[in-house]
Amino acid sequence: MKYTSQKIAYHFFALSMLLLVLQIIYGFIMGFAHMGYDVLHDIIPFNAAVTIHKNLLVVWILSGFMGAAYYIIPDESDNELWSVPIAKLQFWSFAIVGVVAVAGFHVGWWEGRKFLEIPRPLDYLVAGNVILFLVIILMTLLKGKQQTTTAWVLTMGLVFAALLYLPGMIYFDNLSVDSFFRWWVVHLWVEGVWELIMGGILSYLLIKITGVDREVIEKWLYVVVGLTFLSGILGTGHHYYYTGGPDYWLMIGGIFSAMEPLAFLAMTIFAVQMYRKGNKKHPNKLALYWTLNTAIVSFLGAGLLGLAHTLPGVNLYTHGTLITAMHGHLAFWGAYASLIFAIISYSMPLMTGRNIFDNRIGHLAFWCSNIGMVAMTAAFAAAGIAQVYLERIAGYEFMVVANELHAHFFVLILAATLFTTGIVLYIVNFFKFGMPTDEALQTEDQFEALKTA
Amino acid sequence: MLSKKQAKIFFLGGTILFMLIFIGMSVHSLMVGIPKNTNDSEINDQVKLGKQLWDKNNCMGCHTIMGEGAYYAPELTRVYTRRGEAYIQAVLTAPEGWGFRGRKMVKYDFTEEEVAGLMAFLKWMDKTDLNGFPPEPSLPAPLQ
Repeated sequence: MKYTSQKIAYHFFALSMLLLVLQIIYGFIMGFAHMGYDVLHDIIPFNAAVTIHKNLLVVWILSGFMGAAYYIIPDESDNELWSVPIAKLQFWSFAIVGVVAVAGFHVGWWEGRKFLEIPRPLDYLVAGNVILFLVIILMTLLKGKQQTTTAWVLTMGLVFAALLYLPGMIYFDNLSVDSFFRWWVVHLWVEGVWELIMGGILSYLLIKITGVDREVIEKWLYVVVGLTFLSGILGTGHHYYYTGGPDYWLMIGGIFSAMEPLAFLAMTIFAVQMYRKGNKKHPNKLALYWTLNTAIVSFLGAGLLGLAHTLPGVNLYTHGTLITAMHGHLAFWGAYASLIFAIISYSMPLMTGRNIFDNRIGHLAFWCSNIGMVAMTAAFAAAGIAQVYLERIAGYEFMVVANELHAHFFVLILAATLFTTGIVLYIVNFFKFGMPTDEALQTEDQFEALKTA
Repeated sequence: MLSKKQAKIFFLGGTILFMLIFIGMSVHSLMVGIPKNTNDSEINDQVKLGKQLWDKNNCMGCHTIMGEGAYYAPELTRVYTRRGEAYIQAVLTAPEGWGFRGRKMVKYDFTEEEVAGLMAFLKWMDKTDLNGFPPEPSLPAPLQ
């Protein structure tokens, strides 16, 4: 850790871990409901559980991004964070808005719009909070001694993520128009600007862990994020196939969606090649595992499994089925959850001075959570394929099919239990680090010698 | 070999170009395509009320419509044709909350006006042109 102000990242990472645990709990409630055990229906009906599950995902990932930015930007710009007290205010207001939103979902205080259920008054608070966050980040960056490509890519990702939240705050009477703009937020986040954030964080981690020259890494970072936007912007079209849009989206969305895996493949090759070029001497093996996991699993989950059902002819049958849940789980896990785990694994030893780089719990956490998530994806795939054939192709009634899928959800719950074991172990490791301390300042200097020309 | 500057130009140029194309297509979709496919002019006050209730009660948290939502309850895009008015009315006004083949729906206390609004909304949705979605089953009905 270069600057004491970087310690603020810990708050955001801890909040991320807490919200992730809650997200998993609500996931289990949904899994049991799908199996026929909707025992909490009167207290937490399914629509509340699903809303909380999805929004907690968004909030814990955003919290992780904010923590990452607070750690990375001072380091990259060679400057203390612009204002630690304001950053603390931003953290607590962010946490309070999150808690109020989750509590509100339990009593039906929501807008029933998938992923954007936070009610309008809280939307304004979210927007205000994010503006505060961006002011801190931009002031730190602009007042810094240097402005690196990595820092700018990360910051621009955060700025555009904030701007893209705005179209989701407009109300439309026409459901199709409402959906059109909802995807401006959701798709252009996860398959657009969030990938800028991902590219920025990944680039930072690769520079630090592999020791490869910054100029080489940042050059390829441009290529990767360039490919992301080249395919991802018009790839939004796959959400417009069957939601009331003109039929040209079938062709445009189909072509550009088919190119989206290339961007993820480029990300994978980028990370693996940088690792191979590097000196492999950095002792933080856990951070390296999670970094490479991000690059590889995002290609499998977001890239390949996305391609599996975005071709218009396939999507006509899979749209609105559990196939989407299959793709969504591995995609978010690979691209964003693993990324947050990577930056936490990298930064925690440097903030706390405790060198937990390569311990057994950390490795168990890595393998249990990954194998668990792959198995969950397989369970969703089996359920989704069965649903598509029975409901869409054979024409059986929805609930007749749903009752045939109980066994798949039993497997899902078993897999989710293994996944949760991994997450719990990761969190055990997280708390083993203890709190950040000023004594950990300059601990990073020992790794400076690892740089590769 | 590609330089960092060339890589930057590729990123910025590609992003701006495809963003402009996307905005152009979006404007056309919003001005021409969607209003035509969804019979926008038929959205009256009852349909608007139905849409508000759809959002307020987070129906998308269980159902899908236009294939979007959760996957816990049936797809409703063509429910008006598939089930008919009387069936939908029975679902919306079930005194203990609708339950079907082991799965429960939240109990709602809709007024007559609200039920009419939701019906109008589903009827409007029933007539939208969604490029062939939801697909007709391609297998013949199973032998009984």
